[in-house]
Amino acid sequence: MNAPTPPSAVERAEKLQGMGCKRKRVEDVRFTQGRGNYVDDLKLPGMLHGDFHRSSRAHARIKTIDTSKAKAVPGVIAVLTAEELKGVNLAWMPTLAGDVQMVLADGKVLFQNQEIAFVVATDRYIAADAADLVEVEYEELPVVVDPFKAMDPDAPILREDIKDKKEGAHGPRSHPNHIFNWQIGDRDLTNAAFVKAEVATKDLLSYQRVHPCPLETCQCVVSFNKITGEITIHGTFQAPHVIRTVVALIAGLPEQKIHVISPDIGGGFGNKVGAYPGYICAAVASIVTGLPVKWVEDRIENLSTTSFARDYHMTTEIAATRDGRVTGLRVHILADHGAFDACADPSKWPAGFSNIVTGSYDFPVAHLSVDGVYTNKAPGGVAYRCSFRVTEVAYAIERAMDIMAQKLGMDPVDFRLKNFIKREQFPYQSALGWEYDSGDYHTAMQKALEATGYRQLREEQKARQEAFKRGETRELMGVGVSFFTEIVGAGPSKNCDILGIAMFDSAEIRIHPTGKALGRMGSKSQGQGHETTWAQIIATEIGIPADDIAIEEGNTDTAPYGLGTYGSRSTPVTGAAIAMASRKIKAKAQMIAAYMLEVHEGDLEWDVDRFRVKGNPEQFKTMSQIAWAAYNKVPPGMEPGLEAVSYYDPPNMTFPFGAYICVMDIDIDTGVHKVRRFYALDDCGTRINPMIIEGQVHGGLTEGYAIAMGQEIAYDADGNVKGASLLDYFLPTAVETPHWETDYTVTPSPHHPIGAKGVGESPNVGSVPCFANAVNDAFKFLGSTHIAMPHDNYRVWQAAENLGLHR
Amino acid sequence: MSKLTVSMKVNGKAVSAEVEPRTLLIHYIRENIGLTGPHIGCDTSHCGACTVDVDGKSVKACTMFAVQAAGAEVLTIEGMAGADGKLHVLQEAFREMHGLQCGYCTPGMIVRAHRLLQENANPTEAEIRLGISGNLCRCTGYQNVVKAIQYAAARINGVEYKEAAE
Repeated sequence: MNAPTPPSAVERAEKLQGMGCKRKRVEDVRFTQGRGNYVDDLKLPGMLHGDFHRSSRAHARIKTIDTSKAKAVPGVIAVLTAEELKGVNLAWMPTLAGDVQMVLADGKVLFQNQEIAFVVATDRYIAADAADLVEVEYEELPVVVDPFKAMDPDAPILREDIKDKKEGAHGPRSHPNHIFNWQIGDRDLTNAAFVKAEVATKDLLSYQRVHPCPLETCQCVVSFNKITGEITIHGTFQAPHVIRTVVALIAGLPEQKIHVISPDIGGGFGNKVGAYPGYICAAVASIVTGLPVKWVEDRIENLSTTSFARDYHMTTEIAATRDGRVTGLRVHILADHGAFDACADPSKWPAGFSNIVTGSYDFPVAHLSVDGVYTNKAPGGVAYRCSFRVTEVAYAIERAMDIMAQKLGMDPVDFRLKNFIKREQFPYQSALGWEYDSGDYHTAMQKALEATGYRQLREEQKARQEAFKRGETRELMGVGVSFFTEIVGAGPSKNCDILGIAMFDSAEIRIHPTGKALGRMGSKSQGQGHETTWAQIIATEIGIPADDIAIEEGNTDTAPYGLGTYGSRSTPVTGAAIAMASRKIKAKAQMIAAYMLEVHEGDLEWDVDRFRVKGNPEQFKTMSQIAWAAYNKVPPGMEPGLEAVSYYDPPNMTFPFGAYICVMDIDIDTGVHKVRRFYALDDCGTRINPMIIEGQVHGGLTEGYAIAMGQEIAYDADGNVKGASLLDYFLPTAVETPHWETDYTVTPSPHHPIGAKGVGESPNVGSVPCFANAVNDAFKFLGSTHIAMPHDNYRVWQAAENLGLHR
Repeated sequence: MSKLTVSMKVNGKAVSAEVEPRTLLIHYIRENIGLTGPHIGCDTSHCGACTVDVDGKSVKACTMFAVQAAGAEVLTIEGMAGADGKLHVLQEAFREMHGLQCGYCTPGMIVRAHRLLQENANPTEAEIRLGISGNLCRCTGYQNVVKAIQYAAARINGVEYKEAAE
């Protein structure tokens, strides 16, 4: 009988289920059986439930708060107001953006649904009943809803607590409702470019206020142990370690006694980065009562209080030559931050990375100025499935490029091709201070054009426009193009921190004697599938099958300190830490293997899952054998064991990019649109799991579709929030959601250990302007230059009406 | 508030609990019976995360009082696998086709898909999309959910699954 042929290197590599394969997700085994472990699933002995009484007014002084009826309800244990919180110095809390925020209304309310009282009861029904019985007497104050009026000389002063402060966290303030002015770029050179410009455009491009709206709302269970002084906080936290440090800093509790646990999270999309009053109130309530306290937002509370996204009003100017070369970009952004500046940005970046506004184009000069203002709206300013403020400015530049192309009489694709940063220009220094690590924009665009038959689409559009003019159809065809450059992977310690903590991330990997492994990371999955993909990186790096590697995240007692998952930072930062920790293990393994094989370690080479002797592949030690030896036969002088930790400080951001094309038909008599095709080409560098990438792209495109075509958190003139429930806030169902076509190119990041760039947010960044450009493209032959988002049926119909198409 | 005893059959097992008349079925299932598979996503019967099967019909359990389901046969995600622990083909299909990400909508989505395939054993893509339109998902964009249901239908019907051309 012949001995079985040993498996080939290819077969062994396949068995590892490492990088590049469509590994099925580990998480799904529990999720498909209803065995996920989300915060609201947690039930602790004696657990109480908290609920808020919230403000019915947008701006009012509070004359009295009467909690007596609420307290009289059987089962109510306590009612907290700002007065109670002042006793523990927690009526206000610091925000991530260097401002302070009321935990419970202190003297006045600044936005509708603001937290006024926190009722703690034995049951969630009782807590809700009693919260309704809190009585508040208001004295109405004038309301500021329009950010353009916030800095009027006679505007009512919203933040009386800081009305005399001339200096904010980000420099001088020019009005009591002014938060900051942030500028970057060369103003004089940019102005000069506009003076000389042969052609210039100037448009106010507003990106409406929206909300990330994950299916699971924000929630927590806080349990304080009066005997030991330990506090355990289970919560929907995208950044559990940051929450631990924030709690230590603001509550004055010793950090070693704070245990933060993020269990399974039902989607985050930026909503679950910040610290919200509910967390603080639940913690105080648990400390006061000595019992665990659960706080679970309902959907209306979620949409109207815990963070918002966008609300950026971007006056965007492009200067260009007559033959279509861009010569300058000038942008002013008015940023509506609501009642408190609670933006979730790295501390030194009050307007996020909005200086990526030059996009994919070679602007010789640019200038950006951002003014943040207070209004009577909910605080927040999170990155809703995008890196910090990137989606906003991607919308601005991609709309503005289309508008300029229209003015020049050029095809929007040709205009882009003419102005792309060229492959040989990378690494590229942008006029607004970034070093783009890598890119190949022309190749990606060309592939997209071929895949969609772009030039034929334009022919068809022309024919249909003629038919429309002849009155043969009431349907318009729009072809939307966007080419985005993302900036993800915050970030290098030289310019990125949160509350002073550098934005590194971490991985700790332990190889057990039997060749199995445990990895713990500072990131926290909310659906991205880290338990699956992190193991794939380790599998490829050190040759242990992914199925033999357990991944844990979210427990601050066991995971190394990390800054969490948002801004597509996990693959660029944590993914790099995983590769680096793996390589430390591999280096030690090589020394052990050399000792076992009695050769010099330089005589060994790596072969998928083993070290073999160069020129003598029959002589080898597998990673599994080495793991065993690490615990009983290490070289003299070497410590036993096989584990490593890496804290990775990225040298630069990564710059994913993509080319998106949308074909849309619009019925001008109903405003109803139909997405005929949507093609998305993404370049996220090295691809770890193509199945998961595709899934991420589908999800991001669907969120982008929702934003462009309908989502809005709107306020009326009195500051009443309109549409903060799923009845009004547009979440597309399977029926509205278009069919997605995905594609890719691969341009690895040169500075990332495995060349990966991050992908989860690209589709949101790229698709919003693509849909908007499609709508605008449909109307532009009729003389329209810009129609504002969101493009719901009514507004599209209105656009047609404004163009006189219904007469 | 006075309480009353509400009994029903959940996943084939007789259960009973003392609850207030206003207790919603979703709270009864999650808090009294202790089955946390069905989730709460909106409280206004839009999202479908709480979807269960009541007497052969898909129901959003946040829209029904527990007392209204007294005596009923209720199926939740926890009852989808066989008694031997073998996963239902839909559960396998969702994993196979990457029809979930954060997993929060998944229990409702799978229980709804199960009822949909009872109502229509061989649905078209448009019928599937309409059939799950009461279940919102924020992660997947539905495309792979649809594929998972098509894949499961093919397996149940004993035919080969063919992926529709892109």
